[in-house]
Amino acid sequence: MTAQQTQQDSQSLATTRPEHSLESPLSVHAMTVAYNRKPVLWDVDYDTPANELVAIVGPNGAGKSTFIKACLGLVPTASGQVEFWGQSYRDARSRIGYVPQRESVDWDFPVSALDVVCMGRYRKIGWCRPVTKKHKLAAMECLERVGMHDFAKRQISQLSGGQQQRVFLARALAQESDLYFMDEPFAGVDAATERAIVEVLRALKDQGKTVITVHHDLQTVPEYFDHVILLNMRVVAAGPVAVVFTQENLQKTYGGRLTLLSEASEAIARAASGRR
Amino acid sequence: MPERFFHLALAQSQSITSVYDELPSAAEIIKTLTFRAGFNTNTVIAGTTMLGLAAGVVGVFALLRKRSLMADALSHATLPGICLAFIAATKLGMEGKSLPVLLLGATMTGVLGVLCIQAIVRYTRLHQDAAIGIVLSVFFGAGVVLLSYIQNDQASSAAGLNTFIYGQAAAMSARDTALMAGVALASVVVAALFLKEFSLVCFNDSFARVDGWPVSLIDLVMMALVVVVTVVGLQAVGLILVVAMLVIPPVSARFWTDRLWLLVLLAGVLGALSGYAGSVVSSLLPRKPAGSVIVLTSGAVFLISMLAAPKRGVLASALRRVRLQLQIASEHLLEAAYESDGKGLPRSEIQNLAELRAWPGWFTPILIWVLTRRGYLGRASADEYAVTTKGIARGARVSRNHKLWEQYLVSYADVAPSHVDWSVDQVEHVLTPELVAELEVLLSRRGIEVPAP
Repeated sequence: MTAQQTQQDSQSLATTRPEHSLESPLSVHAMTVAYNRKPVLWDVDYDTPANELVAIVGPNGAGKSTFIKACLGLVPTASGQVEFWGQSYRDARSRIGYVPQRESVDWDFPVSALDVVCMGRYRKIGWCRPVTKKHKLAAMECLERVGMHDFAKRQISQLSGGQQQRVFLARALAQESDLYFMDEPFAGVDAATERAIVEVLRALKDQGKTVITVHHDLQTVPEYFDHVILLNMRVVAAGPVAVVFTQENLQKTYGGRLTLLSEASEAIARAASGRR
Repeated sequence: MPERFFHLALAQSQSITSVYDELPSAAEIIKTLTFRAGFNTNTVIAGTTMLGLAAGVVGVFALLRKRSLMADALSHATLPGICLAFIAATKLGMEGKSLPVLLLGATMTGVLGVLCIQAIVRYTRLHQDAAIGIVLSVFFGAGVVLLSYIQNDQASSAAGLNTFIYGQAAAMSARDTALMAGVALASVVVAALFLKEFSLVCFNDSFARVDGWPVSLIDLVMMALVVVVTVVGLQAVGLILVVAMLVIPPVSARFWTDRLWLLVLLAGVLGALSGYAGSVVSSLLPRKPAGSVIVLTSGAVFLISMLAAPKRGVLASALRRVRLQLQIASEHLLEAAYESDGKGLPRSEIQNLAELRAWPGWFTPILIWVLTRRGYLGRASADEYAVTTKGIARGARVSRNHKLWEQYLVSYADVAPSHVDWSVDQVEHVLTPELVAELEVLLSRRGIEVPAP
């Protein structure tokens, strides 16, 4: 098959599903996920624009984490397709990084902060080889980027929740990926950690990377992110924050939860004044 | 079959009530410890040492993957396999008690048991603990029934199958010991080669999967090691107790270190040591089953580790707690002395403070002793203490921290002034110099100055 034919093939592919381009880091088509026969995500279609910071927001139980996990093949999908730059997950995974929820691991594990960050380098190190000095230095640099280099030797259970979150972020940085999935990185962190994470997100954007983040704080969406997916079992709306993050869409996403709504309108007002 | 168990129990209880073991001489002890007590004894000691090493190393990963109890179910599920292998081999006209055949059968039902646990967890809403309980008891029950069937049928040749339940290290041959040495070597080599991969999967399997590692395969290798060690250990320690060799040394080692490779090393060493000491003791004291003595030895190692380990041990953390209490109490005392402006601190005032802070009776003398030894307090007269300049300075610092934090809470955290004091009391003792500096900056921004003492 010649290169030209491949080109044509991909073009014909593109014509059958026009919304899926090869430039899009993540294309989800008709994805449905169910736990115990109860659907959690219903017919999700979504294309991530390249080089943007994307927030996934929605009420509890809306399937935000499940969406990320289904994209990464961590939970089985009932139907649908997921592609990364037009490739399958298998072919693209060396370009994908992941920050799991902090609560998903037992932090009383006998490793130091640096050891955890080195785990992000294992893919590059390969089977059975020890972690060399070069990789340790690279890991150390990642710790520095999240402001945690002073804690490199600290056993991970001796870190605060926010510091643990930053270690997870540093490990993802060590993966040196082009597309990052982050599951609630801002959940329950201190102000210093929040600042550090935001700085890292901006640096990643400057380097041309794409970040998809599950986010729970509506107030900070306009400040931290470019794009937003409003999710409640299905995609209520997705697009640039300026266009999609409206009171109407939020109402659709969150239903009648008034406290959240007032919070949201406040956020929108602030975003509007910020843009002006 | 029930009678047989009863006889067995009776035989043991007799040996328990008639504790007339002659204590071995020192020369005998040294001979056994240094592998000079004859070939058979040496075989057993070397074998259990190797088994302990292998189990310690492999057990670390079972522990970190939270699969320790799965190993227990696995070992209990080997019993029906042993019986079935015996029946099948006898029916085929082979020697039923051939060890490789029996261990093959043990492996098969052991693995089947583990698969059953995983199937139950996956296809029902039961959790792993319930699944383990079901599989462990049902498989063991099936094994006991099969055992009784065998023994009714061919009583003479089957005697000895139930040694797999309690283990019989004394029956180990040189070939068995060589097998254990091989298993130990394999465990160490595999653990060293895949330390990185195992730790990744044990710590965070979802990350490992996204990162492209074949998590199921790595899990399979870790589980296979557990299966091999368990099956090989059946003969020596017995299926009831073999799990102890997988669990106790790693748990004991965990008290001493926070580093993974050291944990693996230490667990191997502690396991080997328990295997060695246990079988030496059992060979010196007749009729003491090696398996149980080994488990008791590692239990003793665990107890020592739990109590005495420097950072994670119970005593160390109790000591840390007392130290913190002493620090807080002495700061309260010095703060009170500073704020009352007197250089002298009468006994009655200390008594008041003790009542206010609800210090237990034994605490106050210790506190005063500590403060005197560190040069914060001196004796002025029979019922008055003198606060040294060093003590006053410390009291002043604490007092200022208190005020800083109080001001911060009032002006930044919107805490009503009447409610401030209670929470300040907890915090003032843990403020680091950096935090104090930060507080100063924050407060000066609002025009609040707390003068330095």
